[in-house]
Amino acid sequence: MTEHRHWERFTRAQRLARFTVYLGTVALLVVSLKTVEVIPDFLFDAPKQVGDLLRRMWPVDFGAYFKQDIHTALIETLNTSTLGTIVALIMAAPLGVMAAKNIVPFGFLNWIAKFILVASRTVNTLVWAILFVAVFGPGALAGTAAIACRSVGFCGKLLGETLEEIKPGPIEALKAAGAPWTSILIKGYWPQVAPAFWGISLFRWDINVRESAVIGLVGAGGIGVSLENALNLFRWTQVSLVLLCIFAVVVLAELFVTKIREKMI
Amino acid sequence: MSAAPAVRAPFRPNWWARLGWLLLLAYCVYAMGELQITWERFVVGLGTGAKFVSELFPPSSKRMGLLADNLIETVEIAVISSAFGIAASLPLGFLSARNLMPGWLTWPARAIIALSRSFHPVIFAILFVKAVGFGPLAGILTLVFASIGFIGKLFAEAIEEISLKPVEAMKAAGAPFMSVLAFGVLPQVFNRFIGFATYQFDSNLRNSTMIGVVGAGGIGGTLFAAFQRFDYDFLCTILLSIIGLIMVGEYFAVKIKATFND
Repeated sequence: MTEHRHWERFTRAQRLARFTVYLGTVALLVVSLKTVEVIPDFLFDAPKQVGDLLRRMWPVDFGAYFKQDIHTALIETLNTSTLGTIVALIMAAPLGVMAAKNIVPFGFLNWIAKFILVASRTVNTLVWAILFVAVFGPGALAGTAAIACRSVGFCGKLLGETLEEIKPGPIEALKAAGAPWTSILIKGYWPQVAPAFWGISLFRWDINVRESAVIGLVGAGGIGVSLENALNLFRWTQVSLVLLCIFAVVVLAELFVTKIREKMI
Repeated sequence: MSAAPAVRAPFRPNWWARLGWLLLLAYCVYAMGELQITWERFVVGLGTGAKFVSELFPPSSKRMGLLADNLIETVEIAVISSAFGIAASLPLGFLSARNLMPGWLTWPARAIIALSRSFHPVIFAILFVKAVGFGPLAGILTLVFASIGFIGKLFAEAIEEISLKPVEAMKAAGAPFMSVLAFGVLPQVFNRFIGFATYQFDSNLRNSTMIGVVGAGGIGGTLFAAFQRFDYDFLCTILLSIIGLIMVGEYFAVKIKATFND
């Protein structure tokens, strides 16, 4: 009796699961396309409108850079993102330690730390900015607080994961020698996580430079305020200048971060 | 004559590191002065904050119909923009992979991807609102660009890391170019592509809750309006529903990724 064995890459359950995902995706897309309130004329008109917008933005009004205090706003944006990152790191360090299971062996504390970190990440920077503008009033203080609160979740999570992956050897040696827990933290854990810590900081700083450029739209200071003002007054040549400035700062920040990372690694 | 072996202190202070920390502290003082962050403002803010939080609770249960409509629109924006963005970044990713395509093809594709990444989605949203008017269309266009910028780049990098052996084998056997792509390249990167796609959907969902602040559709517009009208208990309801929506989205993203990881 010959038996033909039929080879299949996936089991039936796997194929069914995949098929369900595909079907669900397509169904969701079709329903969305049918119900979303989009006026097709506006879509077909879009290239012309964008072209018109770009034409009005030309030539770039470079003279406004100092006249309209865009330079000051730019410096404010950089300070907001840097200070926000530093504040976030100060808050993220204890939370990261608290979230690491190998340092704090209490499930309840781990859970609290993780909850705070997740809550911080779920709320967008712009939403944090809206909340802090209500609390501190418009200005860079609200922006710094917003940047810091959003970054805590990101930095704390990555830091906690790094702390959980360290080698236990040095820690055990320090414990055996009778070192107090502060020494264990500073001389045992810190040297092992320091490169990752600086990497995370730089990475988040780069993101924060981008984000702090927009939180001004809700009144949280920085170059976003200049953008909002220029847009509201229909000064398109100034809008293009502000956009150019944001672009330049973002590119410079990325180059800076890449250079430092190359040096660190 | 024997020199006494130098006794090295086990934990010698690193003066350069200390100087670095000092400089960082100095910068903080400078930046706080520059941004006019003072202790008094902070304390006043804490008082206002306590009042603000007390006004947030209890969350209002009025206008649930409006909330539901907005949430649905937010999901629609995320779904449509992810679909088109992912569909567009597939060919762009192939075109900008330097190990498959000639240079004159990769650099325009790379330029498009870099352009899509250059600005924060909110800035794109402002420009699209000016170009196509208020509403979900502006949001969809914004997030399509955001998706192209992110997935296009990662997908191209994933393709550049593949093993070229199957590709060469297929070329040697005389397979046409599209078959090489479909059977030599795609199977190697498909899992990662699904990973990027679910991540991007998650990210689009998060962003589509926010771009409404500048008028590009979704729940952000209602959020900002509630904030400006000091309608804080409704603001609380909106915030809670956004958090719920994002968590549901994250749950599905994890599930879908697990389906394709075997």
